[in-house]
Parts: sequence; structure tokens; C-alpha cells
Amino acid sequence: MRLIADRLGGKRGGETVFSDVSFALGQGDGLIVTGPNGAGKSTLLRTVAGLLPTGAGAIRFEAAGADFPTLASACHYLGHENGMKKALTVSENLAFWQEFLGSPHLPVIDALEMVGLDTIGHLPFGYLSTGQKRRIAIARLLVSYRPVWLLDEPTAGLDKHSEIQFIALMKAHLEDGGIIIAATHLPLGLDEVKELRLGLT
Amino acid sequence: MLALYLRDVRLGIRAGGGALTGILFFLAVVATIPFGVGPDLNLLGRIGPAILWIGALLASLLGLDRLFQADREDGSLDLLMLAGDRHMPALTVFVKCLAHWTACVLPLVIATPLLGLFMNIEPIGIGAAAVTLLVGTPAITFIGAAGAAVTVALPRGGLMVSVLVLPLVIPVLIFGVSASYGAVADPDPFLPPFLILCALTLFLAVIGPVAAALALESGVD
Repeated sequence: MRLIADRLGGKRGGETVFSDVSFALGQGDGLIVTGPNGAGKSTLLRTVAGLLPTGAGAIRFEAAGADFPTLASACHYLGHENGMKKALTVSENLAFWQEFLGSPHLPVIDALEMVGLDTIGHLPFGYLSTGQKRRIAIARLLVSYRPVWLLDEPTAGLDKHSEIQFIALMKAHLEDGGIIIAATHLPLGLDEVKELRLGLT
Repeated sequence: MLALYLRDVRLGIRAGGGALTGILFFLAVVATIPFGVGPDLNLLGRIGPAILWIGALLASLLGLDRLFQADREDGSLDLLMLAGDRHMPALTVFVKCLAHWTACVLPLVIATPLLGLFMNIEPIGIGAAAVTLLVGTPAITFIGAAGAAVTVALPRGGLMVSVLVLPLVIPVLIFGVSASYGAVADPDPFLPPFLILCALTLFLAVIGPVAAALALESGVD
């Protein structure tokens, strides 16, 4: 499995936000995208996910097996929003995503335990604090299996302890042979990962 | 897909879902007509089916703007679109429409017989109005989905959806009302307009979700 970006350019609202971005990631590779506000980190992630059309260049994905033939089917996208319904309970939210996304990985209760929130599965999602909501969104990455994780500011709102917990989860995913692209300001403490610096052009 | 259906029905019924707003609006529209028209029972009976249809039409347009907007605001829409290889986007939209119809429009159909009594419609006319609404309202939801998808990014798209969708649902209204009259008034036939209404629903069940999925796919930013 390989994910290759070849002289990729991204546009938002007709304006070029970044251009000439190239990287090649294989199994177990991580890529940290850094840069000032407005440098195009989110745009890059959304372009890679296929939610935005590529402005220039191309993204190639060489699938490892028949399970995930295309990049869109192989990736988890964690954006700014958590993608959870306030009126439903935490467990209902996660169970829905597990069933909808397919390829079940961890049971909901185990995924909640991995983010340290196994006692609040019965609460409506809207009652949680910002950090807890983010951790539930992270638990979504665990209930269904996807080899590629695209993370946009994954640690926004997390406390120190949860950050360390999340870094461990990412390490485990990389050791499993996954690919991670994360846009973040924070030093994630992952060694052996590449860094991509986007600057204002 | 069943999971998506169940989730959306649950969201529609729970607090803030809007299922109740639609039915209250329907009740308000139909209940005020007799006060405006006056106590002429014959007249009320004659215009009754049309009033029921217009009331149900407007009430079912009410919650449509939230169909995709709620998902867009909390980021679910991105994930639903991203899963496009697994679940065809048009099918996802179709299931969302069905869930919306079950939670927000089906209660209107169920309330129709009661409201029909307010309008002094004879029993067979009430039955005809309820049956035509049952087969006709899904068409409104399917066209509405296309309108909701186009206006998904607009902050106050509610009225916009209605304005976009209303001209397109006129045929549904025409055949729905004429079938309801066909059951009561003697020379008018019931079956032909009713079958055309069924055909419209089936036709729009295909066109609406496909159009909505296209609009959503090109609309993500």
C-alpha cells in the first residue's frame, strides 16, 4: 500500500492555497503537516481525502488488497467537526458509524476504553465537554478499520494525558502498517515520521 | 444503510427533531381555514381535500432544509460522502429521504383523517385524501432533497428550499387533489390521476436522490 502525492496543488474558493507538494508514504509511514494559519493544512487533507478537487498534480493510491481499492474507501477523515449527533448517546453515535463505515475493528465499548471514556457511553453526546467530544471522535477511528488516517488538528481541546494516550494510539496504528497524515501545530512526539512544512505563498 | 435510516428516524423523533413542528403547522393551517371561510359546511366539504393537500405540502416542506444542513454542520456529511465507494451517495440520500419521510411526513398522513373531520369531508373523501397523501408525499420529500442539497451551504436556506421546490411539486399537488376529488365527485375518475401520482413518486424517487447526490458532491468545500 502506497500513497503518493505528485506536485499536488490545492485550491479553495478559486485561490491557490498551496502548490508543488510531493510526498510518498508507504506502510507504517506518518506525515506531520505543519505551517501557520491559512497555509493550507486543512485544504491539503481534504484534497487528499477527495473532498476537494485537486488544483494541480495528482494523488495516487496503490492498494494493498481488494478490501480498500480506492483512497476514499481506505481512509478515516477526522476533520474540525466531530461528526457526531448531540441528541444521540455516545454509544449510539459510535455504533452507527461502525455499522455505516463497515470493516468493524474494535467493539464500541473497547474503543471507548482506549480513549479512557468507557463510563460515559450512555450519555447524550451533547452533554460532553470539548475534549471529551474530541476523544469520542478519536474512538470512531477505532471502531472501524481503515489503513489511512487523515487527521486535522486531532488534539484540539485534548488535555496532556489524553494527548499522550492519542499519540500511543497513532504509534500502534503505524506499527500495524497504517498510514497517518496529521495536520497539527503541536509536537506530536512521534519519531520516525516525516514532516511537511507548508508556508504562506 | 439500515443504521442510517434508524439514526435519522431517531433524530427526527427526539427533541429538536422537528417531527412535531410539522404536525402542529399542519394542524394550524387546516384549523384556521374554517374560521376564514366561514361556517358553510358544503363549501368546506368541497374545498376540504385541496386544503388538506396544501396544508400537508407546506408542512412537509418545513423541515426539509435541515435534511443535509444538520449533517453538514457537525461534519457527518463529509463522512457520508467519503463513504461513497461503500454506499452510493444517491442511495445514502434516498435512505435519508425515507427516514425524513417516516419521522416528519408520515405523522401528517396519519393526522389527515382527524383534520378531514374539521373540513366536513365525507368518509370516503377522507380515505381518498389520506391514501393520496400516503403515496404523494414521498415525491415531495424526494424533490425537496434536491432543493435541500443545493442550498445546503446557505445559512438561512429554509425559505430558499421552499421557493425552489414549490414549482416542482405543483404536478404532485394537481394529481393528488384531482384523485381525492375523483373519489367523491361522481363523473371524475379516481384511478387515472392516482396512478399518475404513483408514477410521479416512483419517477422522483430516482431523479431526486441522484440530483441531490450530485449537488452535494460538487458542493463540498
